Amino acid sequence: MADNDRKHASGEIVLETRQLTKIFGGLTAVGAVDLKVHKGEILSLIGPNGAGKTTVFNVVTGIYKPEEGQVLFGGRDITGRAPHRIVECGIARTFQNIRLFPDMTCLENVMAGRHCRSRAGLFSSIFKTPGQRAEEKSIREIAERRLEQVGLAGSRDELAKNIAYGSQRMLEIARALASEPDLLVLDEPSSGLNPKETEDLMVFLKNLIHEDDVTILLIEHDMNLVMGISDWVVVLDGGRKIAEGAPEDVYADPLVIEAYLGKDDEDTPYELSA
Amino acid sequence: MEQSLASDKKSWIKPQLIFIAVIIAGFVAYPFVVSDYFIDVAFYFGIYALLGLSLNIVLGEVGLFDLGHAGFYAVGAYTTAILNTKYGVPILVLIPVSAIVAALFAYILFSPVIHLQGDYLLIVTLGLGEIVRLALINNPFNLTGGPDGVFGIDFPRIGEFFVCDTSLKFYFLIWIIVALTIAALLCLQNSRIGRAWNYIREDEVAANAMGIDSRRYKLLAFVLGAAIAAVAGNVYACKLMVVSPESFTFMESCLMFCIVLIGGMGSIPGVLLGAAFISLFPEIFRPFANYRMLFFGLAMMLMMMFRPGGVWPRKRGAVGFKSLLDDTGRNDG
Repeated sequence: MADNDRKHASGEIVLETRQLTKIFGGLTAVGAVDLKVHKGEILSLIGPNGAGKTTVFNVVTGIYKPEEGQVLFGGRDITGRAPHRIVECGIARTFQNIRLFPDMTCLENVMAGRHCRSRAGLFSSIFKTPGQRAEEKSIREIAERRLEQVGLAGSRDELAKNIAYGSQRMLEIARALASEPDLLVLDEPSSGLNPKETEDLMVFLKNLIHEDDVTILLIEHDMNLVMGISDWVVVLDGGRKIAEGAPEDVYADPLVIEAYLGKDDEDTPYELSA
Repeated sequence: MEQSLASDKKSWIKPQLIFIAVIIAGFVAYPFVVSDYFIDVAFYFGIYALLGLSLNIVLGEVGLFDLGHAGFYAVGAYTTAILNTKYGVPILVLIPVSAIVAALFAYILFSPVIHLQGDYLLIVTLGLGEIVRLALINNPFNLTGGPDGVFGIDFPRIGEFFVCDTSLKFYFLIWIIVALTIAALLCLQNSRIGRAWNYIREDEVAANAMGIDSRRYKLLAFVLGAAIAAVAGNVYACKLMVVSPESFTFMESCLMFCIVLIGGMGSIPGVLLGAAFISLFPEIFRPFANYRMLFFGLAMMLMMMFRPGGVWPRKRGAVGFKSLLDDTGRNDG
């Protein structure tokens, strides 16, 4: 990856956290983390288990409220907003352990993403007003397009719980994309995928950046994926940011190697990843 | 309803329309071939169908346990009884009034507790249902008549021109209301509101993360469920011409719960089957009256073991593109 491909520090800042701190009981899960995600880049958040990566995601997407610090999205302070408000602002996420709506069809799952972009109320839904019908039609069409985009058009009427694991991951991404996010937040999108599926995912995410005018923030353990698609990598350990930079630089950073391996180990980081 | 059907694919419309037409014809013809007694049985079937539909919104669509639903039924019946006997408000006017009163009641009571999950919410609803019943017995402000209840409730009437005073007329009154409710609920099921309810039932965290304000939609479910239960209360009150607290016991809430469980959560045809079972069961087992509850318990246990998804569960697999007829024979457990 050539240096001039890097988008970090070149575009406007989409998401910024300032001194973000989240404490559980006496444990500081995330301590004073500053994060800047620029428009159109893929930023990976890496770190050993328990480093606080998912907590950062949960604070950014409103599932947790931070004790201190701010989350700015497109310049607006969205700290502590409820999750459904944050989706409206334009941040959509996936989960580390897939959280689909298992007993609903794939299409219905993706249609969930359209909820915050549609308006029909109780009475227009009961009386099926022309406006409501037009809205339903567009919800369905957009959802179908997103299903097609992730290659699941053929499974539209199958229950989400019945499709393959790898497909479930893609379905979750399609659901997030249906809300037309400016920022897509992916929590370990490759976990549980085989090498071929991971490869496909990598290509898909790269294309997505170009096609959809979206910015991606992801947590990842698979170092091949991180090295392959990231424009910028931030390393967390023990709730603190210990390094950030271009993938190759971070990869070679002694502090990062230490965080993953301890001081005297000789293995390379990604062999420990799980 | 017909309009929405026509807008979808043509190939499956016919069998479904014929099916619906046969059922409607059956309902219209039924009271003219049976005795008054069986018309009354069908009337109570209608009441339970309406109650089942109302609880189905909360329990079936959103997956919230509610064992105090008889409380809303009581609020509707007493609102009708009190306003009619004390202030002479006509029964038909009181249908929407009861619904609105019960809806407000549900909104105020559930706003502070709506965040509770699963069995915690169940205990709260159980308590609320009992509080309503006990309050009615204690005759607050001399309104509810204590354990005797309120009597002398008028028939539904439009002046002297139309008076709903026979079993036959009540039969049509309740089933017209049930039919309208079903039509409205079917539309809701296939709207963003119905889907939002289902998303919450399936995974509330994911639903929130997809932009659904779960608190708002849960409250909406309770409010709507309460309003429909209150309409059932209204019709029940004017049919019996008397309301008393013993009609709204915990057992009534349990029966509504069973209706939804037997039929299949979130399935409207299932609720109708469940209501038929609950209301016809005592009639069928009248010769063995002493063992009725024994059979009932046994039937519920067998149901839970062999068909946990209900008799007629709602089939997903096609958002409004496949016929209701295809819904049978699938057990999603």
